[in-house]
Amino acid sequence: MEQKDVQELLLTILEELTGTDEVREDLDMNLFEEGLLDSLGTVQLLVEIDGQCGVTVPVSEFNREEWATPRKIIEQVVAMKS
Amino acid sequence: MINTLEQMFSKIVYYSPYERPFYFILLGVALIPLIIQLLRGNRMMWYQNILTLTFLWLSFSGPNARQGIALILYVLWQTVLVYAYFKYRQQRNKSSVFYVAVALAILPLFILKLFPFLANQTMLLEHNPQLRFIPMTIGFLGISYLTFKAVQMIMEIRDGVIKEYSVGRYIQFLLFFPTISSGPIDRYRRFEKDLLHPPSKETYVEMLSSGLNMIFLGFLYKFILGNLLGTQLLPRVQDFALQRENLFLGLLGTMYVYTFYLFFDFAGYSLFAVGVSKLMGYDTPINFNKPFLSHNIKEFWNRWHMSLSFWFRDYVYMRLMFTLMKKKVFKSRVVASNVGYFVLFLVMGFWHGLTWYYIVYGLYHATLICLTDAWIRFKRKHKKQLPSNMWTKGLSIVLTFHAVAFSFLIFSGFLDTLLKTIF
Repeated sequence: MEQKDVQELLLTILEELTGTDEVREDLDMNLFEEGLLDSLGTVQLLVEIDGQCGVTVPVSEFNREEWATPRKIIEQVVAMKS
Repeated sequence: MINTLEQMFSKIVYYSPYERPFYFILLGVALIPLIIQLLRGNRMMWYQNILTLTFLWLSFSGPNARQGIALILYVLWQTVLVYAYFKYRQQRNKSSVFYVAVALAILPLFILKLFPFLANQTMLLEHNPQLRFIPMTIGFLGISYLTFKAVQMIMEIRDGVIKEYSVGRYIQFLLFFPTISSGPIDRYRRFEKDLLHPPSKETYVEMLSSGLNMIFLGFLYKFILGNLLGTQLLPRVQDFALQRENLFLGLLGTMYVYTFYLFFDFAGYSLFAVGVSKLMGYDTPINFNKPFLSHNIKEFWNRWHMSLSFWFRDYVYMRLMFTLMKKKVFKSRVVASNVGYFVLFLVMGFWHGLTWYYIVYGLYHATLICLTDAWIRFKRKHKKQLPSNMWTKGLSIVLTFHAVAFSFLIFSGFLDTLLKTIF
């Protein structure tokens, strides 16, 4: 899977989870501060990343600051994949 | 000479953390060399270790010596356990071994909490008075909080995010004396980063001033407001309620006074713990962030006893949800999430103690959170029909506060006292 595909996949997942396409337009928006993601949303995100990207992100790896924006999420997953 | 020395020791040995003015004076003086070195950008590890041992000795010797021994045994137990699990995890990663390791980490606390309950129910102690040694050998001030630190260690080792195990640093983490008795509950990786990298001079100057501010605010909270509410006002409203002339008013008064007492007492303590950590160059996480201004219960738990609720969020709720959702145990996400909340708050209730009012307190909060989630979903669907303005926001704050205050009335155990006077 190329980096572009991972990005597209993650943005689709985020779009479904948050119910808005803003996540696509503004890659630097803080998903937690905007109230788009909470702990349940986060878990769903991790489950989807696990199922669709084949990357298992342990819950304790997840840190709200390091995973706050769509861009950061993409970077983290790409880094973990390689 | 020996007599005067003994007299001197007999005066200083009995200090629980942050209880007496003399503790603060002693601590203030003892911190000076550390502060001077930190202002130059150095962390004096050897001095910090001596300081830790001294202040632990102050709190856990003399009449508390039994607790001191229990603390040493406990640390030994956890250190060996984490060492063994870490060694195992480098080779293999079986779920069953992980669960056993978590259970063993909780075991001392579990026995301690179960024991009084069993003793009450079964007259165990009447028949076997020698069993009394069990809680006495296990229990010490702060065991509940150290257990959180120990369990997160096992979980993060399993997740592979703790890649190196230093026995020394782990013991320093467990025994960090500013937070030993009641938290805030720190995270190992965060603590280790602070320990290995002292703050820059500029950062430390800021930490020093905010730390001192916190300690003085803590004096106001705990010794003035908390003390007034707890020792003066609370007994009076409770007496009034117990006379049952106007039970509703009495309970209402007890509810308000206890709620504010609990806040000022615990937030005051937490300010001391975080403030002293800052003076030592550690960014221990804060515990309270204006909890009574929350708009709903979910927000409340992000602002009240934060290090505890975040611990439960990260190590209980999210992990459980991940397993439930990955294995698709429940078809509906809503059901899964509600089950997760009930598990979380029941565990929190049991952690407080095996008494009916702690369990009810947990169930009550779980119910409130599930209802809040349902309300949020409803609101999202009917965004246009529902008003949202200054008044609705104010109303939600008032409602949330009262829902929370009522939960603290349950938590206080006063209803138990009241019921016992009636029946």
